[in-house]
Amino acid sequence: MRPEARPRVGPGTREAPGPRGTAGARDAPGPRESHAVLSAVTRVYPGARPVAALGPVDLDLRAGEFFAVVGPSGCGKSTLLDLLAGLSRPTAGTILFEGRPVDGAVPEGLGIVFQEDASFPWLTVRDNIAFGLRRAGTDPAETARRVDYALGFMGLADFAAAYPAQLSGGMRQRVCIARTLVTRPRLILLDEPFGALDQQTRLLMGDELLRLWRETGATVLLITHALDEAAMLSDRVGVMSSRPGRFIDLVETGWPRERDSRLVAEAGFGTVTARLWARLRDESLKAIGGPGATA
Amino acid sequence: MSRSAAVAAARLALLAGAVLALELLCRAGVIQPLTLIPPSAMAAALAGLLWSGELNADLIHTGGAVAASLALAVGLGLPLGVAVHGLPRLRRALDPLLAAYYAVPTFVFYPLLVAILGLNQAPLIVLGTAFGLPAMMMATLNGLDRVPPVLLRTARVHRLGRLDTLASIVLPSAAPFLFTGCKLALAYAVIGIIAGEFILADAGLGHAISFAYDGFENRTMYAVMLLVLGLATGLNLLLHLWETRLMRRRARA
Repeated sequence: MRPEARPRVGPGTREAPGPRGTAGARDAPGPRESHAVLSAVTRVYPGARPVAALGPVDLDLRAGEFFAVVGPSGCGKSTLLDLLAGLSRPTAGTILFEGRPVDGAVPEGLGIVFQEDASFPWLTVRDNIAFGLRRAGTDPAETARRVDYALGFMGLADFAAAYPAQLSGGMRQRVCIARTLVTRPRLILLDEPFGALDQQTRLLMGDELLRLWRETGATVLLITHALDEAAMLSDRVGVMSSRPGRFIDLVETGWPRERDSRLVAEAGFGTVTARLWARLRDESLKAIGGPGATA
Repeated sequence: MSRSAAVAAARLALLAGAVLALELLCRAGVIQPLTLIPPSAMAAALAGLLWSGELNADLIHTGGAVAASLALAVGLGLPLGVAVHGLPRLRRALDPLLAAYYAVPTFVFYPLLVAILGLNQAPLIVLGTAFGLPAMMMATLNGLDRVPPVLLRTARVHRLGRLDTLASIVLPSAAPFLFTGCKLALAYAVIGIIAGEFILADAGLGHAISFAYDGFENRTMYAVMLLVLGLATGLNLLLHLWETRLMRRRARA
């Protein structure tokens, strides 16, 4: 199925990036326009016994939306992210980002936060966050301004001179998010960024993520295995089948743009997670070869 | 007192105790002066030699050769390690050779080097380099193997080129291993140079020890040996302190 065919539910409108926003106005598409499009994308890992990891997948990411992808282990969620990011090439199909093909190189305007700790241990928090800007040759004064803002925004101002080793796992992940944020990506890809964190920290980090999403106006694609996280954070949740992963459902959450982790207490939250689990249960059983799996 | 300070104090006490025991055994005549002189006499002889300037030329000779060997071992071993790491087939072919390298008695080639390069510092420098270079190469390969893949993916996200990735991500990430390589290269260079001077050279600290040994000049021989030990230990200690300081930043709290 093509998720983009379904009508949006909820507020839907997106504000243009404010003066502190990170989405670049020059290339950013308008609200509700396609931001990234995957058409009949497949990925097969070659070898003596080729492994069909993904697809065919169709996906239309709308500008400024928060889209989550859930699916059983090994269904190709991270492969999907790698393809969209240009970190690997699809076996078949096309990928467009802002109307331009993504062909094995990370396009400008795209930022990624990985599940693993990707902070640079030899750099201070400040230098970590400034890394991308310095490599891109951004004016030092502008770099300092953006980094100072990100330090404050992510609650890291008191740790600017610290090294990652002196921070908790959650703080290091915030450093990585800040490093992505300051480059002002228009599309942010998050590959289970809170996977290594405890539940309370995940909820709070989710709040921060929603705050920065609203602030930046960027489009966000979140890969996660946590249904509650996907349900709380997203406008739409794509549910993937077991390998080779395909979208089998698209759930519109209908949450207002101004939302936070208190959503989990609302009655509608259970409805969303129940629907996600209903679609995912069989696929998860298939993935682990469980007895209750239906063909 | 912190645990590490207590360990350091215990280590120092052990060393001081050994030196003191040696001093007492020598002074009591248990160890004959023709075999070993008391450590205090070694120190006094060394002070005299240094004060007189008698060892200056040898110090410069050995120091220059060690510095040149170290520079060549690091300067060649690092890029060679990077290049081999980027060529997996060559790596597979070289790995067993590198692993077995130190089983080869490199000194047997010293006469050949002298025949080719002449009786000067060049054979010594080649020998010292040949000793240190594989250690630097192996340390570089180890370090590059351990660069977390997520950092390389991060480099791609920032659209860094290969050289930029190497300079900004790979080498800093592998720095602890590279530092170990440098330490080993220094140690091997010192061993190679001193041993080479011992065999055939006409100058240098190794030659000074050999010359004193041949002439039964125990005071001079032990004084120079003490100097070599002191220099090697001091250099290693300096590198260790520098490394500890750098690594403290990376140690997880």
